[in-house]
Amino acid sequence: MNTPAALAVQFSRVSKTFGAYRAAREVSFEIRAGEFFSLLGPSGCGKTTTLRLLAGFEQPDVDGGEVRITGGVVNGKRPYERGLGMVFQSYALFPHLSIERNIAFGLEQRAVPKGEIASRVRRAMQLVRLDPDTYGRRMPAQLSGGQKQRVALARALVVEPPILLLDEPLGALDLKLRKEMQVELKALNRDLGITFVYVTHDQEEALTMSDRIAVMRDGRIAQLGSPEEIYERPRTPFVAKFIGESNFIEAKQDGVVNGRARLVRPDGAVLWTAPNERPTEALICVRPERLHLHAPGEAPSGENQLPATVRALTYRGESLHVRAELGGGGDVVVAVRNEGQLNQRLRWAVGDPAVVSWAPQDGRLLEGDDS
Amino acid sequence: MSQHLPPRWVIALTTLVYVFLHAPLLVLVVFSFNDSKFSTSWEGFTLHWYERLFERADLLSALKLSVGIGLGSTVIATALGTLLAMGLARRRFPGRAFVEALLYVPVVTPEIVVGISLLILFVAMGFQMGVSTILIAHVAFNISFVTIVVRARLEGMDRSLQEAAMILGADEWTTFWRVTVPQLWPGILSGALLSFTMSFDDFVITSLVSGPGSSTLPIVVYGMVRKNIEPTINAISAVILVVTALLLWFADRVGGEEGAPKGH
Repeated sequence: MNTPAALAVQFSRVSKTFGAYRAAREVSFEIRAGEFFSLLGPSGCGKTTTLRLLAGFEQPDVDGGEVRITGGVVNGKRPYERGLGMVFQSYALFPHLSIERNIAFGLEQRAVPKGEIASRVRRAMQLVRLDPDTYGRRMPAQLSGGQKQRVALARALVVEPPILLLDEPLGALDLKLRKEMQVELKALNRDLGITFVYVTHDQEEALTMSDRIAVMRDGRIAQLGSPEEIYERPRTPFVAKFIGESNFIEAKQDGVVNGRARLVRPDGAVLWTAPNERPTEALICVRPERLHLHAPGEAPSGENQLPATVRALTYRGESLHVRAELGGGGDVVVAVRNEGQLNQRLRWAVGDPAVVSWAPQDGRLLEGDDS
Repeated sequence: MSQHLPPRWVIALTTLVYVFLHAPLLVLVVFSFNDSKFSTSWEGFTLHWYERLFERADLLSALKLSVGIGLGSTVIATALGTLLAMGLARRRFPGRAFVEALLYVPVVTPEIVVGISLLILFVAMGFQMGVSTILIAHVAFNISFVTIVVRARLEGMDRSLQEAAMILGADEWTTFWRVTVPQLWPGILSGALLSFTMSFDDFVITSLVSGPGSSTLPIVVYGMVRKNIEPTINAISAVILVVTALLLWFADRVGGEEGAPKGH
């Protein structure tokens, strides 16, 4: 499958150091042609540096690995020799040029004939749903944030780049517009067949749009996989915390029985999960919505069970978050889905004894964070 | 509305300061139209002294020289100053802070010190004082002004504009001319106007580094004052005053403008 021709981008042990600061440490990944690939992480994790290394605004360290675009090594190549498209967080529209001239800029650099430029600019504006007759002659300062965003997108797409880089492009938009643009970006990626490399710190954005996500931390990729893989099987506590909400339950692996890992809590309670070859942390991760709360004695057999005491209740509309203190130490949050029952008088009160349960496959034994 | 005005005594004091500063200039301009050889009493309106300006070949050639040196030093200082500003804003190199501090030295150093140090330098290097030494001196002090003005403009400029141009296929040269310069244009123009004004008005430094036959307008005017005072001096001074004021006003307007052209 991963023949060089089908790979849009390859990073092989790429490092970038600024002074004493190691922004990217031996980062390796591959992006398939046509893929929607996200670099996700908190600020300072190296995601923007990685994108800038791909764009050519930064060069890897000496002996700092190889960056390949569609199979060819691009180390040392200038940004204008790479044939990429990019949408900037600040949009970076040229303030002194009209919308038309902004979009035409890349075509002019490629010496496209004048007549063709005009028609391609119009098509690009229609593609991002901006009326060419209304907006073409306006200046960037006269546009709203959402409109500038569309112009920036049209300017990048009009040159038909094989790869489009997006640096937190929706960061400055309000929530409603952001949701709209998410859907549109995903549709453009699908319809145009262009590879999207998307940098964001918004985990929800990454989950909803991406084919694959590289979660980054401290200049390294902490985990790379599809949104499902990352959400369902986070590798480390950092990933589990960064993507969605997580409960961490302390327990040590104590052998594998019938393809399942047997775990022992500090107080001797026994739990089961899917095995992990490299469990270095004595932590099980379970998502709040996968935990169930029962009255003592009512928990189904075959599930992991831990006695607990209800400590706090938070009504969140679509769910009720119950914070419970586990018998053997530690806190968990159980999300009780609102299926109409939360309309009634609540079944739980602070101080109630309860049993927290979850299916063995819903727990995930974590590896340690790389440091 | 009256509560928005400052107290009366503040207005009075401000007015007084402005009168104190500008009354002499006003008197000078008024007496340039005075139909009397002596500038002590008003004898009636005349343009005679302005006509006399055109008869004085020494004044006209000094004016030509001043404009020439002004333009020449402005072009050179603007080009060098803009490049220096870009280097300081964009590059990290050892000694950058030092170069930056040096930038303010010619601005804050008394002109007489700058003039004498240039004179010593020129003498040490065996230069003949003349037009070229004046030009070099003017370029030297104007670079600082241009750099400071352009630098301020650069600070406010989004760096990703250049990156956007480059990723769209523009090389460094094209990016500079098509994106950077249009963005910096108000700063560059305002620095250039400031340069020309400084050069055109300069007396102290110029007098030290000028040689025989290379007298700029301020130097000739100074010589005239020393010989005999006649209202021609008022006329030429009024002309210099108006030109300078216009240039400064224009530089201020251009420099204060927003980067984006106003849309219509």
